[in-house]
Amino acid sequence: MPDAAVASDPARTAGAAPLLAVRGLEAWYGESHILHGVDFDVAPGEVVTLLGRNGAGKTTTIKSLMGVVPRRQGSAVFDGRETIGLASNKIARLGIGWCPEERAIFSSLNVVENLMLPPEVKPGGMSVDAIYALFPNLRERATSQGTKLSGGEQQMLAIGRILRTGARLLLLDEPTEGLAPVIVQQIGRTIAALKEAGYTILLVEQNFRFAAKVADRHYVMEHGRVVDMIPNDELDRNMDKLNTYLGV
Amino acid sequence: MQALFGQLLIGLINGAFYALLSLGLAVIFGLLNIINFAHGALYMLGAFCAWLLLERLGVGYFWALLVAPLIVGALGVVIERTMLSRLYKLDHLYGLLLTFGLALIIQGVFNNVYGSSGQPYRMPDVFTGGYNLGFMFLPKYRAWVIVASALVCGGTWFVIERTRLGSYLRAATENPAVVQAFGINVPRMITLTYGFGVALAAFAGVMAAPIYQVAPQMGANLIIVVFAVVVIGGMGSIGGAIITGFVLGVVEGLTKVFYPEASNTVIFVVMVLVLIVRPAGLFGRER
Repeated sequence: MPDAAVASDPARTAGAAPLLAVRGLEAWYGESHILHGVDFDVAPGEVVTLLGRNGAGKTTTIKSLMGVVPRRQGSAVFDGRETIGLASNKIARLGIGWCPEERAIFSSLNVVENLMLPPEVKPGGMSVDAIYALFPNLRERATSQGTKLSGGEQQMLAIGRILRTGARLLLLDEPTEGLAPVIVQQIGRTIAALKEAGYTILLVEQNFRFAAKVADRHYVMEHGRVVDMIPNDELDRNMDKLNTYLGV
Repeated sequence: MQALFGQLLIGLINGAFYALLSLGLAVIFGLLNIINFAHGALYMLGAFCAWLLLERLGVGYFWALLVAPLIVGALGVVIERTMLSRLYKLDHLYGLLLTFGLALIIQGVFNNVYGSSGQPYRMPDVFTGGYNLGFMFLPKYRAWVIVASALVCGGTWFVIERTRLGSYLRAATENPAVVQAFGINVPRMITLTYGFGVALAAFAGVMAAPIYQVAPQMGANLIIVVFAVVVIGGMGSIGGAIITGFVLGVVEGLTKVFYPEASNTVIFVVMVLVLIVRPAGLFGRER
């Protein structure tokens, strides 16, 4: 097995006390044991990705952090608060924004209603105008039914609506999945702008070429565990290893 | 002509009750996925609350219109917290069975205590008399029932379809897990929605008290028709439940004029026809 200890080695993380510290996170769906002790850290202001093949447990990790899996245990400390055992609405109120893989745009709500749906959880969220500046399409489609938008616009809406809430940690689950290259570039620029603005981002990606452009560090997951951590500036040296992990 | 307008009026009155009751059922089904068979019993409970408030405490009609829904709504909150909340992970059928059982228990208890014959509820003095419209006589209380019911239904529709609170409700109907993960206390919202839905039933019950006898079976007789109304309107459609309620009341009234023999069955005939053409109901969305 690759060096799992490296993942939780504090010397390898970005220095300051982590905003999110995950230790021994386990999760189940019914009888299926999906996560077998996930360890990683995210420092304030970092963009960190979870890479791995389909079924490695990336999305389940995000859902476990958000408290929407049926059963989970271990530890996930956000901003000094243990979140395991909290209901998902309490976790969100600590300042975590979730952009789910399926985007979860509501068809019975129009674009503005979708955008305004998540309540403000902390002061200092983006104004609606700032979000429209980031995603001009959304302003044009404001009164359209949420699910009448294109895939790319729905993704912008799914990201935009959690920027209004004042959440400082964003969990983005495959934001580029199934989108045209020009939209993927726009999402990439958005993530760079959010990092610039001081947001901390945990990004799930299959597309590691995309991940390499935006992230500081990459955690590699296999079979419900974090098996490796690769800083982005060492990515070139680790390409062979990464290709093996991802099976590309 | 007199008979036509008279039956139209009765149809509108019945429609007002159908609309209030099917609205509550639609709101509850949308968020809780529970077919609330106790709705008729809670409507009856609203009427009995008004009657008891008047007989025992001397509390009049207008206070009863406020207090009875609060009492029954609070009972709904208790029912949801202690019983229904345990069933959400199971099939719809269990919620239906539980609420059906509750309806039988509530009706049985009132049957034992008050007997099956109805209790009269005195019409408030302000509503005695009526308006002569030239082509027909409109009793004041009937006019009030139609207006008040339309206002409550319209207000409920507005809150659900046009406000921030309503957008939470609509979103949670679609995907409760994500709405909760945005920081909204969905379990509490579900509890209050059930409380509100049954409070609407109790409101209808109080409105019915001066017109119909306050009797333990009053809800059981009505609720079957109301379920047909909900099916015709489309499960979970708020506007559909209201419009269908009023329209079917009128359809029933008109049938009484033109073919009285069919007046008790016409709604079910409409239901069969609608289900053949549009299985999701007139205003329902195919899932």
